[in-house]
Amino acid sequence: MTKMTMVQALNSALALELERDPEVVIFGEDVGRNGGVFRVTDQLQARFGPERVFDTPLAESGLVGTALGMAVYGMRPVVEIQFAGFSLLGFNQIASQVSRLRYRSGGVFHVPLVIRAPFGGGVRTPELHADNLEALFLHTPGLKVVIPATPYDAKGLLHAAIADPDPVLFLEHMKLYRSTRQEVPAEAYTVPIGQAAIIQPGDDLTLIAYGAMVPVAQAAARQVSAESGAGIELIDLRTIAPLDEATIVASVNKTGRAVVVHEAVRSGGLGAEIIAVINEQCLYALLKPVERVTCPDTPFPVPQVEDLFIPTPERVAQAMRRTLAP
Amino acid sequence: MAFAIAEKLAFTVSPEDLYQILDPAGEVVDSLPPLSAEQLLALYRWMLLGRTYSRRMVALQRQGRMGTFAPLDGQEAAAAGMAFPLRPEDWFIASYREAIGYMIKGVPLLAQFKQWGGHVADNYPRAAHCLPFQVVLGTQMLHAVGVAQAIKLKGRAEVVLAACGDGATSEGDFNEALNFAGVYQAPVVFVVQNNGWAISTPRHRQSAVDSLAQRGPGFGVPGLMVDGNDVLAVYQVVSEALDRARSGGGPTLIEAVTYRLGAHTTADDPTKYRAEAEVSAWQKRDPLLRFRKFLLGQELITPAEIEQMQASVSAEVQAVVEAYEALPPADPRRLFEIVYAEAPPQLRRQEAALLEDLGLAA
Repeated sequence: MTKMTMVQALNSALALELERDPEVVIFGEDVGRNGGVFRVTDQLQARFGPERVFDTPLAESGLVGTALGMAVYGMRPVVEIQFAGFSLLGFNQIASQVSRLRYRSGGVFHVPLVIRAPFGGGVRTPELHADNLEALFLHTPGLKVVIPATPYDAKGLLHAAIADPDPVLFLEHMKLYRSTRQEVPAEAYTVPIGQAAIIQPGDDLTLIAYGAMVPVAQAAARQVSAESGAGIELIDLRTIAPLDEATIVASVNKTGRAVVVHEAVRSGGLGAEIIAVINEQCLYALLKPVERVTCPDTPFPVPQVEDLFIPTPERVAQAMRRTLAP
Repeated sequence: MAFAIAEKLAFTVSPEDLYQILDPAGEVVDSLPPLSAEQLLALYRWMLLGRTYSRRMVALQRQGRMGTFAPLDGQEAAAAGMAFPLRPEDWFIASYREAIGYMIKGVPLLAQFKQWGGHVADNYPRAAHCLPFQVVLGTQMLHAVGVAQAIKLKGRAEVVLAACGDGATSEGDFNEALNFAGVYQAPVVFVVQNNGWAISTPRHRQSAVDSLAQRGPGFGVPGLMVDGNDVLAVYQVVSEALDRARSGGGPTLIEAVTYRLGAHTTADDPTKYRAEAEVSAWQKRDPLLRFRKFLLGQELITPAEIEQMQASVSAEVQAVVEAYEALPPADPRRLFEIVYAEAPPQLRRQEAALLEDLGLAA
């Protein structure tokens, strides 16, 4: 095993898929010779040729809509939307076409398509590069949404997404691209879509996070455990649609306390859905109200204030202390 | 390969100047395409089936037996003429006004009944190589380019025909589709059925260009116009464009100028926005009338045989009406099976809860 960043782990998965399956093609804006603006597709065009890895005109609806046609024909397209904020230009194709064709056609046609898109705050990007839009897609039946937090999960989930018979939106947090290195196998493996990971077990409070909020939650859990000795069960959702409700419910039934952390804005966010699930399935186990730590309902904060708005370990710790208080 | 048709056609809006093989009187004014008598009669039968189906659907809707429906009347030549030259392996990705094309490609007429009647469109056979029509106008043009790009990458000899209406040409996806097709040199032919009206919005409010075909050259795609009420002209122009795409010549945009004789849908009242005189002028250019005059003039069919054909077409539609009305109501369970290849646990729980609420639980 070698230590890889998330970018390297994703690149490794893509190279293995191109090698394994001649139906896999990669396209998007600047993914060819340039290897993508974050180098996730670095060297892939040189290795596999311009018919397998190619640049498209600059049009997100166009690249998602044409990918649908290619997937219907039997190929396995993996497209990159350069920044998730621009997925709004492709939103119609994702929400009204890609996600619905299986249903519309009564299962005759399906769309095995992976849409990769970087997103996430804390890296001082211009407007709409950082927005956390996952809740829009969570509300789109027929689509799966994956947000890995580690290099290992990123690679395994990408292999699983490419193997999936249905469309998968694969959101990659920019802050995690190169922030850590982790032992990652050189060969292909899968991490199942729809399964959360319990990063650390604990009996006193369930802390639920995903994406770049996982390391934030980890730091908060360390702090609160050190202060109070409380056992924190930290869940990394990894997939947000379909949500792994079983893992959440089992944990909260055990701990009776929960805090949900997300970088996305608050109202109608994934936190609301998770709390609804807890309410429906764990209400009588709850000892305290479930708290949410999120960005407030402003447009995603501009770089000058993003560090103030995005949940920090200290803010998460404060919510945990309130929830743990007798 | 030279594209002879393109040179013949000026960009123009005058129906009289459009490329025609048959004039409105059914007289032959250009070289006939190489179609046998049998094929010519088959073309006419498809058009007649389209009109008979359309009129029946409107009647069913008025009787409360069918959902909202978009009539085909007046556009039968364009839809039949564009799909007739396709080979079985070719793809046809179109919209609701191209129902005849779907039938020519092997999609049962019952599929249209199911879609308009509020069922899932689960009977477009995969082998027919058609995607079910959908109502976000213009989006399908990109799907067609994607299929065409896949065909090109795999080195196959298939081509894709993509169709939409004049209103859809204002959508971003129509323009992105032309652009992607031009860059990829994908084997796709785009046909715009310009029927003059997008519900109540006239053609000149969609674009300031004289001809919608002019959209093509801006994307490096040849564009041409054809009389969309002349089935033989549409057939000929589309055939040449398909040959060109099949031999690696890239995409073509064709504007078939036609007219929607009826309402946009059964929910629309066109008397609110267009003049009766305009409609009656176009009734004189009725595509069925024109082709029938030609067939009678060439003695390819007799009036009695036309009556027999009408009876056989009506019986065919009647059989589909009966099949449709004999369908069982949609099973709510089935709708949970077709969202994903495998329904996730929460969808299963939602299904169980719904069935429980409905008193349908096993």
